[in-house]
Amino acid sequence: MIEGIGVFDILVVSTAMFFIGIYGFLVRKNLITILMSVELVLNAVNINFVVFNKYLYPDLLQGYMFSLFAIGIAAAEAAVAIAIILNVYRQMKGIDVEHVDTMKY
Amino acid sequence: MERILFYLIAAVIIVFSVLTVTSRRILRAAVYLLFVLMATAGFYFMLNYNFLGAVQLTVYSGGIVVLIVFAVLLTAHMDHKLDPPDRLKALAVGLLSLFGMGITLYALRSFPWAVTALPEGAYDIEAIGMRLLSYGDKGYVLPFEVISVLLLAAMVAAIIIAKKSTSND
Repeated sequence: MIEGIGVFDILVVSTAMFFIGIYGFLVRKNLITILMSVELVLNAVNINFVVFNKYLYPDLLQGYMFSLFAIGIAAAEAAVAIAIILNVYRQMKGIDVEHVDTMKY
Repeated sequence: MERILFYLIAAVIIVFSVLTVTSRRILRAAVYLLFVLMATAGFYFMLNYNFLGAVQLTVYSGGIVVLIVFAVLLTAHMDHKLDPPDRLKALAVGLLSLFGMGITLYALRSFPWAVTALPEGAYDIEAIGMRLLSYGDKGYVLPFEVISVLLLAAMVAAIIIAKKSTSND
């Protein structure tokens, strides 16, 4: 536990990070920057799990393990997303979401 | 002392998160994301979760950011500047995000957190490794095996998707 810092103080930081990620996800148009926003959201959730583990159930390891697995899944997700982005770039000559509308209609 | 360090890390996280989603140069946004992820690892170290901090540093700031930087270099010019977002849209989304943040913080503020003073479990690498491969109570061997299959599938999928197709061009 960090001395003088409660659960709420850390949750403020992770909440801010989460909603900044949401903002970027909705405002950005480039696919890679959207991926970065998703990483911010995932990271905020990881902080939440770790903090709940540390402050509420310090004798168990559940939140710890969950964020460990979440980090692994985030890595797999980023690899697949970047493969898709490269393929889209090759086929559409651009990675702005507005250009990628071939599957519409 | 620890409080000051906490506020410093929190300030770094929030400032560089904002810069990540507002910077118009995409490579700089990737570097700001790197700072955010490293500050998060600092959090984990402060909470005395050393192994998790090390995993965060290697997988997130070592692996994912490098992957993103490669993708940026393959798809954009170095000095390419993104178009600024639509002003009205940015304002609306910003207000929406602030609204959501307000609601969440209000709910968190009014929740009675039952902070316990239980003795801490073992967090060293040996204990975690035993837990990951344990079949018994509080063992995590099933998610461990499932995630290994998932990582293999993701690796194969990434290679197949990113491979140049020879049949249709």
